[in-house]
Amino acid sequence: MNEMKKSPQPIDKPVKMIGVPMPLVDGPEKVSGKADYTADYIPHDHYVGRIFRSPVAHAEIVKVDVSKALALDGVYSVVTGDDCDEGFGVLPIARYEYPLARGKVRYRGEPVAAVAARDVETAQKALDLIDFHYNELPAYFTAAEAMEPGAALIHEDRPGNLEREVDYDLGEVDENMVAADLVMERTYNCAEICQVQTEPHAAVAEYDAERGEMTVRASTQVPFYVHLMLAKTLKMDQSRIRVIKPYIGGGFGCRTECLNVELIAALLARKAEGTVRLVVSREETFITHRGRPETDVRVKIGMKKDGTILAVDCTATQRGGAYGGYGIVTILYAGSLINGIYKFDHARYKGLRVLTNTPPPGAMRGHGTVDVRYGFESLLDEMAGELGLDPFEVRRKNLLKAPTTTINDLLINSYGLGECLDWIEKESGWKKRLAKMGPKNRDKDGKLRGLGLGCAHYPCGASKPVNWTGEPHATVNLKLDWDGNITLLTGAPEIGQGSSTVITQCAAETLGLDMSRFRVHTGDSKLVPKDNGAYSSRITYMVGNAAIQAAENLKNVLIEAAARKLDAKPEDIECLGEVYRAASQDKGLSFQEVVMAALEGTGTITVKGNFDTLPESHGTKKYRGGAVGGSMAYAYAAEVVEVCIDPDTAEVTVERVWAAQDVGRALNPLSVEGQIQGSVWMGMGQAFCEGTRFHNGLPITGNMLDYRVPSIVESPPIETHIVESVDPHGPFGAKEAGETSLAAFIPAYVNAIANALGVRPIDLPVTPDRLMELIEKQETDARVAAAQEEEEMA
Amino acid sequence: MTDVSMTVNGEERTASVPPETTLLTVLRENFFLTGSKLGCDVGDCGACTVLVDGIPVNACLMLAGQAEGRDIVTIEGLANQDGMHPLQQAFENLASLQCGFCGPGVIISAKALLEENPDPSVDDIRDALSGNLCRCTGYTKMIEAVQDAARIMRGESADEAA
Repeated sequence: MNEMKKSPQPIDKPVKMIGVPMPLVDGPEKVSGKADYTADYIPHDHYVGRIFRSPVAHAEIVKVDVSKALALDGVYSVVTGDDCDEGFGVLPIARYEYPLARGKVRYRGEPVAAVAARDVETAQKALDLIDFHYNELPAYFTAAEAMEPGAALIHEDRPGNLEREVDYDLGEVDENMVAADLVMERTYNCAEICQVQTEPHAAVAEYDAERGEMTVRASTQVPFYVHLMLAKTLKMDQSRIRVIKPYIGGGFGCRTECLNVELIAALLARKAEGTVRLVVSREETFITHRGRPETDVRVKIGMKKDGTILAVDCTATQRGGAYGGYGIVTILYAGSLINGIYKFDHARYKGLRVLTNTPPPGAMRGHGTVDVRYGFESLLDEMAGELGLDPFEVRRKNLLKAPTTTINDLLINSYGLGECLDWIEKESGWKKRLAKMGPKNRDKDGKLRGLGLGCAHYPCGASKPVNWTGEPHATVNLKLDWDGNITLLTGAPEIGQGSSTVITQCAAETLGLDMSRFRVHTGDSKLVPKDNGAYSSRITYMVGNAAIQAAENLKNVLIEAAARKLDAKPEDIECLGEVYRAASQDKGLSFQEVVMAALEGTGTITVKGNFDTLPESHGTKKYRGGAVGGSMAYAYAAEVVEVCIDPDTAEVTVERVWAAQDVGRALNPLSVEGQIQGSVWMGMGQAFCEGTRFHNGLPITGNMLDYRVPSIVESPPIETHIVESVDPHGPFGAKEAGETSLAAFIPAYVNAIANALGVRPIDLPVTPDRLMELIEKQETDARVAAAQEEEEMA
Repeated sequence: MTDVSMTVNGEERTASVPPETTLLTVLRENFFLTGSKLGCDVGDCGACTVLVDGIPVNACLMLAGQAEGRDIVTIEGLANQDGMHPLQQAFENLASLQCGFCGPGVIISAKALLEENPDPSVDDIRDALSGNLCRCTGYTKMIEAVQDAARIMRGESADEAA
């Protein structure tokens, strides 16, 4: 692949930059250790930041006495809730969290005060000198407890500890349940999980007291939102703030909103009039949270004998933690995206987002949709079994046909789920393999095997952003100078998903140039155009399109210049990337010559490209919150998982995974494969071992060992397949690649276990403990049944 | 304060640090070799893996004083004048890293493996990397990269896949 990069490119035709495997543009820095992440900035004159956190889950703050800490030699600033009376939050309607608690603490580990000191030892000593006086209040650690009548209010203005109740009722659900041949209903409990991105949160804030300016480097997926919240909480003009996003060690949604970490670093730096480096520990990163909320999903489906889905009725209850965060959006996504994958005309949804005294979850990968999809796909499988239908047949019976619009007005312009199903069915040898599975086919070691299917979908960016300003969704600048290099400026945060590579590919392909002519700069608010950030799988679709438009604009400038130079009409100029010519026999001008011609009389050229969403993709007006879920396109995935279970230990091994995803068009197949594999992998963690646990609000899984993410030892062989449905509006037809495949894994895995054992796990994660209980119950039930039968015979 | 001296990537380095200072902190904050990462600080994640006398070690679990007189290799010490190490090349070519944060530790662990075992099986690779947590990739492309690098280092071409 290196040879491919370095080989001389043919100059008589445009270079192909999309659809071919491309190593990442920031690969050399990453493999050599040169990539600097936030904590790698160690300014020689910095102060060390540390946070004092609440030891209790719910209490009134009586007093935070920091006098002794302040008096300690080597302490440069101490901040408390008194230093900031502006709330922050990602949703303009729910900005009621403070960087440091005011009035009350609402979860164990909530920041109460922070210090900046000469070194770690002094900072730690200063924390020990803080006196925190409080009156404890009743605390609630589950949604059910928090909703009980008479429960103390966590926030005065949230009666019943409800952050939000949402619902819709579309079509005639009850009538169609009656008309159905089979109606089944189940409730699935899905544990709260965390992203466990490898890089703990960090911020380095530098306050220039002379100029009154603040520069913050932060481990964030959303530098622009951080910028907004810094301006709000510091009460500074946004023009005096600079936010820099260095290399980011993963995110998966835990940094999709401004966190207290970067705000506290900035408050400390301003007060100390210096630079504060705040690197929080792994445990604090767990406490900062913003993972996937614990969710109870009740799904009821009415089905005809042939597998046709007639009606769906669903409720979701999410344990929302102590503050809103993305909460309202999460609970709306859970409802909206019941639709958009299968065809049905009648659906009802009710969602409850409940406040509790636990750290606030957020917009984790597959935002809002994963747990509902798990429940839905599990129930489909169970119903297929009940009706004697093949799981593939049930899905095929209910496929959508693009272009179409769902009952909640989701716009489906491309739809490759059918092809995904075809590939995984064929490659896994589904029918043949299935015949060798199940409780009757123990192998010689007594182990059981099972095969399961699951499907999922995910949007390509929220068509209506949470901060609506009227600006386009994405803007890309291209700067071309005398040296023939093109600088691509984008605010789209590269966080490891490969966005910088794919955006560059889009621009390079449009201009027919090799990517080596490009340098991409992201994530410095003083340099790059604003971008909403890395979330909801928006970047490839939105920023990719903006990059194409910018490149087309640049191409037009170059064509005009070539036309002037060649004394031809612009419409007669042919652009071949490295050559611009007026006729096929013409030798033409080299790219460098065209660049010089273009710069004559005008100097360095900067062009812009924008992308905006179509109004018809903005969701539905049929119910409140109907904009959530609206997207320009949806990606689709289907997976088959084969498991092997040791019934003596209830240990499950994933033997193989066949994963197909419709990504519209794979701009960088290498990256797409990696994203699909990574999604499957993260789904696997949620399916089989991950879950946060608290004891009286104290996180007891605040490290990577007790929380237990799977390791390479458990990594299964994953066969990936890319389906290209070519979306009419996507950049070269592309859709999202980094989230969809996560949700398909979980039901496929659980369906495979059900297939192996003949009994079905319901709650997530399916740990060996839970599975063992299920196996034992199955054995007991069988013995009881046998005994009864014997009795009846006698 | 304790004076420590060690060889880091072939160079003699010294520092004066509090006795509880870890090898990782000295490397990062005294020698400014920030390629080795702090991911957990308790030996769970392996992002800080360095070679100590050729053996992969979690630098967050070793005191700087314990490294006295030892030979340390970090990710910054892998490339030489001829270019990047075959492992680095392979990891780059196959896009085996996504966010890259775990990468330095993974590549160092893989280097230790290949020095010990030039022709590792997939299970050998799993075993050698079992102390390195990655959240992005699912490891598939990492295993492929280690196999590719091993082939290159044995003098075969990377394409001679089994």
